[in-house]
Amino acid sequence: MVDISYYILLSAVLFTIGAAGVLVRRNPLIIFMSVELMLNAANLAFVAFASMHNSLDGQIFVFFVMTVAAAEVAVGLALIVQIFKSRHSINVDEMNSLKG
Amino acid sequence: METHGFAFLAPWLVFAPLAGLLLNILLGGWFMKQPWGERAIGAIAATASGAAFIVSVLLAYTVFAGHGEVARWTLGQWIYIGDLKLDWTFRLDSLSTTMMLVVSGVGTLIHIYAIGYMHEDVRFKNDIPRYQRFFVFLNLFIAAMMILVSGDSYMMLFVGWEGVGLCSFLLIGFWYDMDTLGRSSWANSNAAKKAFITNRIGDFGFLIAGFLMFWQLGSVHSFQFDQVFAAAPAIAESNPVIIVLITLFMLIGVAGKSAQIPLYVWLPDAMAGPTPVSALIHAATMVTAGVYLITRSAPLYTLVPEAQYIVAMTGAVTALFAATIAVGQYDIKKVLAYSTISQLGFMVAAVGMGAYVAGMFHLITHAFFKALLFLSAGSVILGLERGHHHLAHHGHGHGGHHEEVFDPGDMRNMGGLRKTMPVTFWLYMIGTLALAGIFPFAGFWSKDEILLDAAKLYPQVYALLAIAAFFTAFYMGRQIWMVFFGEARHEAAAHAVESPAVMTVPLMVLAALSMLGGALNLPAVHTLGHWLEHTVKVVEHEAHVAPWLELSWGGFNPYVALISTVAALAAIFISWWIYGRNPLKAGQPDPLKKPLGLAFTGMENKWFVDEGYWFVIVDRYVDISRFLADKIDWEFWHDFVHDKVIAGTYNWLSHIALNEVADQKGIDAFANFLGKATQWLSGTTRKFQNGFVRSYALSVFLGVVIILGYLLLK
Amino acid sequence: MSIDLILFLILSAVAVATALGMLLSKNAVYSALFLVLNFATIAVFYLLLGAPFIAISQVTVYAGAIMVLFLFVIMLLGAETLAPSKVLRGQGLAAFILAVVLVAETVYLLLFRHAAVGAIARPDAALNELPALQKIGEALFTSYLLPFEITSILLLVAMVGAIVLTKQEKGGQK
Repeated sequence: MVDISYYILLSAVLFTIGAAGVLVRRNPLIIFMSVELMLNAANLAFVAFASMHNSLDGQIFVFFVMTVAAAEVAVGLALIVQIFKSRHSINVDEMNSLKG
Repeated sequence: METHGFAFLAPWLVFAPLAGLLLNILLGGWFMKQPWGERAIGAIAATASGAAFIVSVLLAYTVFAGHGEVARWTLGQWIYIGDLKLDWTFRLDSLSTTMMLVVSGVGTLIHIYAIGYMHEDVRFKNDIPRYQRFFVFLNLFIAAMMILVSGDSYMMLFVGWEGVGLCSFLLIGFWYDMDTLGRSSWANSNAAKKAFITNRIGDFGFLIAGFLMFWQLGSVHSFQFDQVFAAAPAIAESNPVIIVLITLFMLIGVAGKSAQIPLYVWLPDAMAGPTPVSALIHAATMVTAGVYLITRSAPLYTLVPEAQYIVAMTGAVTALFAATIAVGQYDIKKVLAYSTISQLGFMVAAVGMGAYVAGMFHLITHAFFKALLFLSAGSVILGLERGHHHLAHHGHGHGGHHEEVFDPGDMRNMGGLRKTMPVTFWLYMIGTLALAGIFPFAGFWSKDEILLDAAKLYPQVYALLAIAAFFTAFYMGRQIWMVFFGEARHEAAAHAVESPAVMTVPLMVLAALSMLGGALNLPAVHTLGHWLEHTVKVVEHEAHVAPWLELSWGGFNPYVALISTVAALAAIFISWWIYGRNPLKAGQPDPLKKPLGLAFTGMENKWFVDEGYWFVIVDRYVDISRFLADKIDWEFWHDFVHDKVIAGTYNWLSHIALNEVADQKGIDAFANFLGKATQWLSGTTRKFQNGFVRSYALSVFLGVVIILGYLLLK
Repeated sequence: MSIDLILFLILSAVAVATALGMLLSKNAVYSALFLVLNFATIAVFYLLLGAPFIAISQVTVYAGAIMVLFLFVIMLLGAETLAPSKVLRGQGLAAFILAVVLVAETVYLLLFRHAAVGAIARPDAALNELPALQKIGEALFTSYLLPFEITSILLLVAMVGAIVLTKQEKGGQK
């Protein structure tokens, strides 16, 4: 069996790549995908720890995260569609009307 | 608990009069509107006082059945501070129950008398609604006096002590807006203030004694009588000065309350109160509180003979001094007032010598006959008022109005009253004989006991008291001749009217007590002595006794009795020679004036003691006050310190220092700086708020990295 | 070097590579496909860790439902590529630096605070079998019943929300 720390390291790397994706991409769809990647990285850590402690709680938590992610994607994509309809663009760098 | 049979009734000593006064406060206003209202108010007050008397009888029986053992009844916790634990406890022993019986018994009789007296008094003074207030105060006095005599600690005694002082103030100033003649003035309220302030000096002494007790009686930290007395002997052994100081400061309190030199001056002025008040408070009960206090504190006094001697001398000197003043007075009540001071001197001298039984005996008999005398004097005064009133209203052929002020208390306006007021005359005679100490009236027995003890213990005290006794008989004789014999020196006296039964019947009871009171402590039987022995342990002094005093018929020395009786009879005879043989005519000066000269002027003017106090204390006090007010307060504090120093400095500070320097250059600049800094900060930071979601995400990410770094490096 | 480790290293290389591919692709459709691959490798990790239920869910929910939805939207909007923009210069550099720091921190954590995460024991063989699935079901419907029910409400709300947001107003915009 592989040492747990490898999983954690992998989880961290994936999380960081997701975070970098959120920061550098301007396409909201890819930003969204990066968020999903971060969630998956977290899920991976959850399952790894659950396995280490020989417990089911971590898995159940992952299950909830998945459902919440599904809901989030449904609403988020609906929002993106709506924004595109009104502005005919989805470039996040063109949306700064909330600036102070 | 058979021996403590009625002890549970003890709180009702206080509650009964309080209930009476509450009833009269709440319902009195309505009663006064009814035709029978005054009688109802008087009946309630007298019943309340009578209830206290019945309780006293039951309590005395309880103590008697318990063979003199002290019974206590605790109502509740009172003061619990640290070590000090004081309960509100009623103490029932032979001494306190004796005092209760005297206070409530005499008090009840005076309540009944007052129903009639005040009925007329309020009419002569034209203020009928004040009738209600009188009985409220009177009941309050009974309650306070009961607390005083029934308390189990010096603190509780002090509460009663102050309570009776308050009632005394209220009742002396009962007609606060007029003088004794009914003219509009502040004379009566000034008399009340004088009494109150003089008593305050005495109370100050009492308080110091209390503080010393608390401070010096070591681990006791209690004012409870038995505990104080138990701790005292050890202190007297190691540091007798403390006990001397306590007893002497207590003596100042006694001098205030019981009107002894040098604080007696309030009592003559206290005659401004209605006559029942003079009888109850300023003759029979309240003024004897000091005597009670010394008797109660007997275990302290017996420890220090020096203090005892000072107490005895104070009493003896007061007895003689006041008796001489009484000779020169013209007001019927003033004579009795000085007589009271003198008789209180007898009692204080007695208890000072350690003759506690004799002192208490005289206290009781004096309560009887002095109350009788005062109330009879009130009857005389009202009789003259009635006569005067009759004349004023029915004109008497004069046509003119009685413009001149008529003083119904002035003996020079009286004369020949034995014909118009026969009942009062006989009652007055009995009181006089009792006071003068004529066999077999009550005063003879009690005064004789004091004189005998004095002769055995302190010859100089005996000498003073014997002379005082002579003067006593003399001024009473003078009063009798002036008031009841001879011809009427004023029309009002000629038309004087006898008092109604509601006033004379209580007097008859008192007269009977004055005649038979001596039976309380007859020689050989010594009922009172054995009774009080339960409480006051008399210490026999090993005094060297002159041979003629060694003869004793059961504690009765015929020589002493003979001397005082002869002296009294002689005094009465001399008074007859001067005042009775050639009755005073209207407008004629006192026949003693010429032969005695300056001495009589001194007696007439109370030896100028008031004027002396006025000159030494009051005027100086006014001077100092004026100086303090004008110079110190106004010119120094107000004009200089306040206006110049404080206000000037403040102005300078506010104008120059604060406004120009601190405010404009400091605070304003700081406020401006704050504003500018905020502007700059917001101008700078608003650039971060650019509306780009990725930029915000970068901030969040930066935060995550920094926090994680911090956690790692921590 | 055990067979487990070799497998793990290969899979993790695939996972990181697909993640980077997702990140760096110009075309959003490629990104989505890379991500599907990434999710599949993670599902394999789940199986290795003894969580078959989660692995199956991963494949069906993520790789299946969610990513299909993504592809739909990308193609619907025609948003495969975006014109380059000059706004927010330096964002990429800053993100790179921060990412490197974060990874460095994690590595440091794992190397020098190793005590916190020990080697995992081989999971019970039973975990990959039916009783384990039963246990998950029991846990979901007993101790986690309330969150489970709330999740269903959450999904309903998301569904309603998505419909409301994308619904065409009949009369156009007001």
